[in-house]
Amino acid sequence: MAEEVKSPAPPPPPEGEKKPAAEKPAAAAAPVAPAKPAAPAGPVPVPWTSPLVEKYRSQYGSGLDAQTYLGQNYLTVDRSLIPDILRLLRDEEQFDYCVDITAVHYPKREKQFDVLWILYSFPRNERVRVKTQIADGASIPSSVPIWPTANWLEREVYDMFGIKFDGHPDLKRILLPDGWKGHPLRKDYGILQQDQEWVQINLGIESGQ
Amino acid sequence: MPNFVMSYLGSTVTPGEAGNQFWALIYVLIIFTGVSVAVIAMNWIERKALAHFQVRLGPMRVGPHGLLQPFADALKLMLKEDIIPAAADQFVFWVAPLIGLLAAFTVYTVIPFGPSQAVSDMNIGILFMLGVSSLGVLGIVVAGWASNSHYPLIGALRSSAQMVSYEVAMGLAVVSAVLMTSMNEKGTGTLSMIGIVQAQQQQGVWFIFKFFPLGFIAFVIFSIAMIAETNRAPFDMAEAESELTAGYHTEYSGLRWSLFMLAEYAAMIAVSSIAVTLWLGGWMRPFANLLHAPAWDFIFSLFPGLTFGSLAAIAFVGVTRMPAHSFFKIQRIGLAVFAALLGFIALLLLAIAIVGRSADASLAARFNEGIDYVYWFVLKVAVFMYLFIWYRATWPRYRFDQLMRIGWKVLLPISLGVLVVTAIVGVIVS
Amino acid sequence: MSPRTNDSANLDLETREKPYLDSNELIINMGPQHPATHGVLRVILKLDGEKVLGTECVIGYLHRGVEKIAENRTYTMFNPYVDRMDYVAAVSNGLGYCEAVEKLMNVEAPARAKYIRVILTELNRIASHQLWLGTHALDIGAMTPLFYTFRDREEILKIFEKYCGARLTTHAFRIGGCQYETYAGFEKDVKNFLSFVAPKIDEYETLLTTNRIWLERTKNVGVISAADAIALGVTGPVLRASGVKWDLRKAQPYAAYSEFDFEIPIGTNGDTYDRYLVRMAEIRQSLRIIEQAVNGIPEGPIMAKVPKVIKPPVGEIYHSIEAPKGELGYFIVSDGSTQPYRLRVRPPSFVNLQALDVMVRGLLVADVVAVIGTLDIVLGEVDR
Repeated sequence: MAEEVKSPAPPPPPEGEKKPAAEKPAAAAAPVAPAKPAAPAGPVPVPWTSPLVEKYRSQYGSGLDAQTYLGQNYLTVDRSLIPDILRLLRDEEQFDYCVDITAVHYPKREKQFDVLWILYSFPRNERVRVKTQIADGASIPSSVPIWPTANWLEREVYDMFGIKFDGHPDLKRILLPDGWKGHPLRKDYGILQQDQEWVQINLGIESGQ
Repeated sequence: MPNFVMSYLGSTVTPGEAGNQFWALIYVLIIFTGVSVAVIAMNWIERKALAHFQVRLGPMRVGPHGLLQPFADALKLMLKEDIIPAAADQFVFWVAPLIGLLAAFTVYTVIPFGPSQAVSDMNIGILFMLGVSSLGVLGIVVAGWASNSHYPLIGALRSSAQMVSYEVAMGLAVVSAVLMTSMNEKGTGTLSMIGIVQAQQQQGVWFIFKFFPLGFIAFVIFSIAMIAETNRAPFDMAEAESELTAGYHTEYSGLRWSLFMLAEYAAMIAVSSIAVTLWLGGWMRPFANLLHAPAWDFIFSLFPGLTFGSLAAIAFVGVTRMPAHSFFKIQRIGLAVFAALLGFIALLLLAIAIVGRSADASLAARFNEGIDYVYWFVLKVAVFMYLFIWYRATWPRYRFDQLMRIGWKVLLPISLGVLVVTAIVGVIVS
Repeated sequence: MSPRTNDSANLDLETREKPYLDSNELIINMGPQHPATHGVLRVILKLDGEKVLGTECVIGYLHRGVEKIAENRTYTMFNPYVDRMDYVAAVSNGLGYCEAVEKLMNVEAPARAKYIRVILTELNRIASHQLWLGTHALDIGAMTPLFYTFRDREEILKIFEKYCGARLTTHAFRIGGCQYETYAGFEKDVKNFLSFVAPKIDEYETLLTTNRIWLERTKNVGVISAADAIALGVTGPVLRASGVKWDLRKAQPYAAYSEFDFEIPIGTNGDTYDRYLVRMAEIRQSLRIIEQAVNGIPEGPIMAKVPKVIKPPVGEIYHSIEAPKGELGYFIVSDGSTQPYRLRVRPPSFVNLQALDVMVRGLLVADVVAVIGTLDIVLGEVDR
């Protein structure tokens, strides 16, 4: 069978693309490969205009910022408006499906965490992301009453980032064991220290890491 | 003493009835060995047949075509560490498989392999049989309770509920067969296992065809209930491995576990034997009343020899189909020896059939007759055993409540109806 | 609309009601070592006899921290890791990841690469559904379909092996297209497979679709209404069996799916039987897609112009595809470096598993097994 996988040889280098099949070795050998001049600049977020945004901007004013990046819309919302906005999005704008809830950690910022809701509307076939910033240790209202699916998703965010959700029915760790120390997806979570500590306690040796 | 031993040889009744304890003991030993061998063979056949249903080969490594696999398994199970969970009730845990095994094997004392080929002919034979075989549930319940663990407990509860409910339908189906034995001039029926077969002989019809379709319906009810009774698929709720890991024997291992398996297979053979006795004419050969010339008797008496002959032929074909590589030399020799053994048995049986035909009332004739009886009985039981495997390969498992519903709401009313209708028809006909 | 909520934690014994017959409830630990939990799922069941009063899923036994790993690997290095999440549908995982990064870099794979992607992904969907069918039937007690489906799935794995050298964790795609051109005879192999497998699907159906016991075990078991399913975020065949005609391949087409003609099979009752029918119909639709794709596969390059070092611009992207289990989404935040700043995987199994409690409450123990099977979870993806 092995001789039949002769595919890497024949692929014709198409239109000037030099070595597509050898991408990996080249990448490994030459990490200083000249980056394309255009690529790093990339597209920039542009303001998102739609009736929906107009409606809520007039209602909430500066607490709400709507933008589009690569064709994907997102709302940046002040933390205090979160429960209202989410409920309105579900009830009035038919965003009936909460795809995902997650967070991003920016340790250098004052408000360290971005919490995101990725929403989808079946009737509109449209996605929107709702973002808010919260500080470390601050909590945020749970959206379980709005979308029951938020239950495990919020538990995972709590598990991985330590963000507390007020009013969550059962906020405890979900993927990691109950006695786990720290929240691994924070940028300041030390993987190596964790490993060394575990090895020292459980095996009584120095970690080789 | 030799006189006591020899005197039975001319008898036409069971050793139990003749009061000959020596031969009764011999029969018990033969049956015990025979059933154990049958269970081992069943084990191999089930694995092979199931494998071929499922586009795979099954055991192939231990012996030619895995023929020695059951022995290897048995050895492994005997050598395994005997684990009794710390929280278990030790004595009860220890005794549970024995209860199951005893119940399964005691039944064989009344199973008639022929008119005199049974340990004993009890006049309440069928009652005894139902009673003892339902004691098997005690072993299961006790095992589930003594394990002190949730899964076995649920398995045991399921099992007891299931067995008790299906016993009812089963019993009513049996009663309708017993009722049929009384359709003679005197109007007296019998509960004796041998008597039931003899009644079919006298009436000239297997009870499965009697008052068609009444006998057939009762037979179908019995054959459904007996699957539930032995905890086999699709009614294997008690040991449903995908739900209860292994059901009542989750905590068992090694020899004790193998005793449960032995009991289960022995019980399967036992209930199949009841079905054969009650509806399929027991030891009678097919068409006994249609083709009853001595020539036919001779032709049918060749069947045992021919069966072994064809098995030997299959084994020989297997030898020729073995790969020619030297790795397979021992396996090839082994299979050839096995084939030769089967062929030898075939020749022996054919010789007995021929010799036994010429000399009437001689020992050979009697022996020949006995072989015929046992052969037809075993063949019929074997068909049931194959069906057990077939069911297992084909059907998903019922859910517990559905199982109970079938037992109480479907099988019970039908069997009751069949019983009543059989009685009415019997009165009208006689 | 007030959907049933997933109050999975209500296993406390103190608040139990005392009916006319007082009996103790049984707490049973199903898993993590249990034949029917498809790996290392642990379900704590509260039982009244055999009736399920409540469940709690304990997951994380297979947690490997894929999202954390992603932050410490370059985009290229992370590509093989995604195969290890849903290891029975590794190709779909790879497709989702590659497309997400491509979208972030604003490049598009060439048409030929898209067609190869579609063919392999749909083959993988069939393989995943076959594995699901076999194990689901085994859970319900039918042993034989398992072996039939594995026999036929083998043909798909052979095609994968010939294409990229791996059977399960294929790592078939690269950011920007496909690494490998198809081997000589690929199209013939795929066409042979199509004609080989179509009668086999009928064979599975003869074993199960009208089987009385199968019907009794699956009809009206694990019912979830469309409203509940949407509220719980359930996607994939589970959602479609409840009657929601929603498939990302149609709703928001990716790869080359907009060019193919296929239907979205839906169910009506949202029970286990409908989910079975939907998945069987999906296999047939996948065969249709593959047939169209393999007949219309264009010539041309298989890699778009991507820099050797993948360095997406600063920004964030969410891209999701219709994996065999449901919506598989990747949310990637780039800080302009070679490594993702944050990579979030939206696993369909994880979210679908959440519906277990709603689906099994009031059913029997045997149904829990059936419902776990019908959700088609892969613990590698639930735990990541």
